Amino acid sequence: MKSGVQHKSIYRVLSVILLVILAFLFVFPLYWIVTGAFKTTQEINSVTPVWFPSTWTLDNFTRLFSRRTAPLFPMGPVGPAAIRWLVNTVFMAVAAMVLTCITASMAGYALAKKRFRGRAILFGLIVCAMALPKQVILIPLIREISALGLYDNIWAVIFPTVGWPFGVFLMKQFSESIPGEILEAARIDGANEARTFATIVVPMVKPGIGALAIFTFINSWNDYFMQLIMLSSNNNYTISLGISTLQAETSVDTGMLMAGAALAAAPIIIIFLIFQKYFTQGITMGAVKG
Amino acid sequence: MAKQNQNTMSRALARRETIAAYLFLLPSLIFFLGFVVIPMVICIFTSLTSSNMNASAASGFVGLANFIRLAGDATFIDALINTFVIVLVSVPTVCAFSLWVSSVIYQMNGPTLSLFRCIFYLPVVTGSVAVTVVWKWMYDNYVGVFNYVLTHVGLIERNINWLGDEKYALWCIILILFTTSVGQPIVLYVSALGNVDQSLVEAAEVDGANSMQVFWKIKWPQMMPTTLYILVITTINSFQCFALIQLLTSGGSGTNTVMYYIYYTAFKLTEQAGHFGYANAMGVVLAIFIGLLSAVQFKLAKEK
Repeated sequence: MKSGVQHKSIYRVLSVILLVILAFLFVFPLYWIVTGAFKTTQEINSVTPVWFPSTWTLDNFTRLFSRRTAPLFPMGPVGPAAIRWLVNTVFMAVAAMVLTCITASMAGYALAKKRFRGRAILFGLIVCAMALPKQVILIPLIREISALGLYDNIWAVIFPTVGWPFGVFLMKQFSESIPGEILEAARIDGANEARTFATIVVPMVKPGIGALAIFTFINSWNDYFMQLIMLSSNNNYTISLGISTLQAETSVDTGMLMAGAALAAAPIIIIFLIFQKYFTQGITMGAVKG
Repeated sequence: MAKQNQNTMSRALARRETIAAYLFLLPSLIFFLGFVVIPMVICIFTSLTSSNMNASAASGFVGLANFIRLAGDATFIDALINTFVIVLVSVPTVCAFSLWVSSVIYQMNGPTLSLFRCIFYLPVVTGSVAVTVVWKWMYDNYVGVFNYVLTHVGLIERNINWLGDEKYALWCIILILFTTSVGQPIVLYVSALGNVDQSLVEAAEVDGANSMQVFWKIKWPQMMPTTLYILVITTINSFQCFALIQLLTSGGSGTNTVMYYIYYTAFKLTEQAGHFGYANAMGVVLAIFIGLLSAVQFKLAKEK
């Protein structure tokens, strides 16, 4: 009995040690980006890795910002292209987030609480669509976007993101928990549908909206594939796309690439850390009976 | 009379309910139908045509010709094999690893648990481009940390050109994919382990079960739905692996995958750019494989 307990605690200690080592390895690429962004070219190209920069320099950022200029926003003052890419990315992620939250919370409520013809078919379609990789539909999607005159426009990335049904599914999960009696009571009190939704449903599914918002924001920010196929001119690039083209153009300037990678990753990581709680909740709720 | 009245009443009510439901659904449906369902239908349809980027070229109905051509396309077969290698290696390792990490961390106190969950989620949040850029540097033949550490530890004798060597390139990509895939499963397993029925665990402990037995006999069966979901999302995720390949090897060094080949055929094949029908056929094949694999996983999970 006693040796069993001892055995267990040794296993426990070894697991925790291994876990801590792994945690360091998982953080290492990020550490390498951040320190790399501030290293001198010499230290970056050193055969013996410089584990910690001896002098911190902003040269990499200076080179990144001087590479190309662009209007900071359509018809705005001119600035570094990287800043323009960042502005585009923020606009894209915020627009996708707002539109997704509005449409998905309405649709999720209807699917969870209304009984109507075609509900089962629609729900089946949503689940099927979620299981398919979205790259499969990329070619028809591009042609459709071109036909709408949206090719190389940031909205071409936003609309398909909003159409992705995960949000509806998530909001349906959250809306299930609204008690039917409350909705019934509101109806008897003479509240119309829009009013019921705004004053009763939305406050009750607020945690769900929070989870969906942060989830959509991060996914949209990092959806490199969609950005790659929909955007073609430098001024319309997102930060991910901009960095990837820089890599193709100047694969020797690692320092500048690290500065770009840091610029692309920092905002999204900070947002993730702030809203982590909602994010975790969203992932877990979306999986229930997925 | 009264009953009939009630009937028309309820029918009117049902109609009102349906109209209200569709009004709530409308904004979402516009996007869902317009940018997901319609392209999906067109995809299946164009996979049966010789559709091309050049709109003036004849794009007639060719039946299953695209699919027959695929079966004889050596590049496609290679890409398919690579894709399956990626999926068959990464799905089990991601599941096993995240289950292990979760079982170690789920009983830790709140802040420590969040810290570990965050750390393993970071590579996902960092974004595929930033992740690839830094890994490319780490894998570098001359100035990469991998070669430095491995030669100094004595595991390899001379520097290896990791991404340029057919023997290693695919495995290098699988390793990066692994680090960017375990975040979500860990979050899910931690929450599933927290939701295990404690009274069953206690009962088993009273009966003298050791922690291994408790884990596999009591907790594991209760986590089956979570495991199934993780299997499905990890499979889809692995099939979709694209950015890593496009940015690291451009499909070279034996790392071509179906996803990359679709992109290449549709946008990069220069001599006859834009074989849309052909590329769509690949997309359909990919979708069928994913559907089959998900179905198999569902069935296996149900039997257990």
